Amino acid sequence: MNGTIALPGESKAAAARIGKWRLGDPLFKWLTLAMALVVVALIVIIGFVLFHWSALARHKFGWGFLVSSEWNPVEDRYGALPFIYGTLVSSFLALVIAVPLSLATALFLTELAPRWLRQPLTVLIELLAAVPSVILGLWGIFVMVPWLRMHLFPALRSAFGFLPLFKGPLYGVCMLAGGIIVAIMILPIITSVSREILRSVPNLQREAAYALGATRWEAIRVAVLSHARKGLFGAVILGLGRALGETMAVTMVIGNRPEIALSLFAPGYTMASVIANEFAEATTDVYLHALFEIGLVLLGVTLIVNALARILMNAMAGANVTRRA
Amino acid sequence: MKAARYPWRKFKDRLMQLVMGGCAMLVIAPLGLVFFHLVKSGISAVNWQFFTHLPKPVGEAGGGMANAIIGSLVLLGEAALLGVPVGVLGGVYLSEYGSNRLNFWIRFSADILNGVPSIIWGIVVYALVVIPMKGFSALAGGLVLGLMMIPLIMRTTEEVLILVPNCYREAGTALGISQWRVVVQIVMRTALRGTVTGILLALARMAGETAPLLFTAFGNRFWTHDLTNPIAALPLQIFTYAISPYDDWHRQAWAGALVLLLMVTAVNVGVRVLTRDRMTEDP
Repeated sequence: MNGTIALPGESKAAAARIGKWRLGDPLFKWLTLAMALVVVALIVIIGFVLFHWSALARHKFGWGFLVSSEWNPVEDRYGALPFIYGTLVSSFLALVIAVPLSLATALFLTELAPRWLRQPLTVLIELLAAVPSVILGLWGIFVMVPWLRMHLFPALRSAFGFLPLFKGPLYGVCMLAGGIIVAIMILPIITSVSREILRSVPNLQREAAYALGATRWEAIRVAVLSHARKGLFGAVILGLGRALGETMAVTMVIGNRPEIALSLFAPGYTMASVIANEFAEATTDVYLHALFEIGLVLLGVTLIVNALARILMNAMAGANVTRRA
Repeated sequence: MKAARYPWRKFKDRLMQLVMGGCAMLVIAPLGLVFFHLVKSGISAVNWQFFTHLPKPVGEAGGGMANAIIGSLVLLGEAALLGVPVGVLGGVYLSEYGSNRLNFWIRFSADILNGVPSIIWGIVVYALVVIPMKGFSALAGGLVLGLMMIPLIMRTTEEVLILVPNCYREAGTALGISQWRVVVQIVMRTALRGTVTGILLALARMAGETAPLLFTAFGNRFWTHDLTNPIAALPLQIFTYAISPYDDWHRQAWAGALVLLLMVTAVNVGVRVLTRDRMTEDP
């Protein structure tokens, strides 16, 4: 596609018109390029703003910020460890709950479900993905947390109470509730991405397994799962990226207490929710900068996790993604 | 494969199928539960007053979220003004121009940007706009949602433009039409429906965003006609009411959530019905 071909014997007017159009081509191309480069610029801007606005906290606390667990607005001393811990634990809990469920669902959708059921189920899962975080949080506070405190948590405590993880008083709002709500939020994304990955597994793989006399489950295990392993791992990491940055729903059910407690029944705090809760009331500059620095840490972690997910998924989809030559 | 006994293998197969089906039901259960509780607790407060009145002070029954609903629409309008042109044109570049190497990096950046937590967008726009302007504003709220839409729309636009068969472009070029007009009048027009779908889905997603608005649009209990003032938004109002200690406000929160969820779901279902012919052809 290289512009126009001038035909011999064309009128001057037509030639002039062609000339004018040719000016449009580079203009349009540069315009679209500028718009496309906006995304690259945005990443740089976000990183720069967070770096710039965390200067005071970075200078005052240095690397100690990441390992100190003191969060004391009164004396203006801040450490991010409780929030880093809370984010990691709630995300990890979310993955433990969400990964088996969503992988099984993705397998059900691609390998087992009857054809008439696939489309409606997929739509329902996409609708779950569309539920705003704040609505899930509302439901979490008033429905899920009371139910957990009355039923699931006592059961867990009486069954596994000998473990330090399941000891202590039941407040309802706690690390485990946060993990469960995040799990609900990342279920749809892991499911739909894994579904795409599983669909890209060539049918030859399955047919070969069936030809060897495999049952359905054996075909899934031997042919499908082993073939899609890398891509599925990417889907899980992508879910982790979402879990780390989840804000509203977690803020509403995790209890918001900056303490590191071993028990999953104790309230926790995450990086995203401390920003959401305390940003507006940050009275001193150092306080504000400390919150920006937490943002910087959160950004760094999510960037690494997301980049990793993309690399894994690209490696899997490389041959499958249809690019126009 | 190890030679296990057939009945055992058959049993394991059935068991795993059952487990997977059960997991699928478990995954969509929260959707049903959320809908059920929203309708149960929210329907009583969704009435004419809800859509036409301002919030009442604590203790007075009634009142509505009219300003929050309009506020959300204003914010989405601003966001669309920014996010749609940039996103669509960027998507055109990815699909029609560019070297593979450059496009890889742009695409990678867009994907990474999609993963940036929404609260971070909020504090970045706070630093860039709210502090220089010395106050929360509807402009800052629209800007943050618009920025978040860019990578979303860019990727969906690229995906639908790529689906336009190459022979359309060749036919246009063969007629002597310049390249940019081939792109605008033939390629983009062919892919119009898909592009609009992408835009609507992005708007539906932004309609529920709360975290980025906390420190930009900030919320407002009254009407505002000035874009440099704080403005109310439905998700913000839901959040404020949900964490308040008052029963009246909780009821309003449920009602607001019901309205918001119905709007978001309507858009999601609507675009799927509109693009059904494209969806049925993929297996």
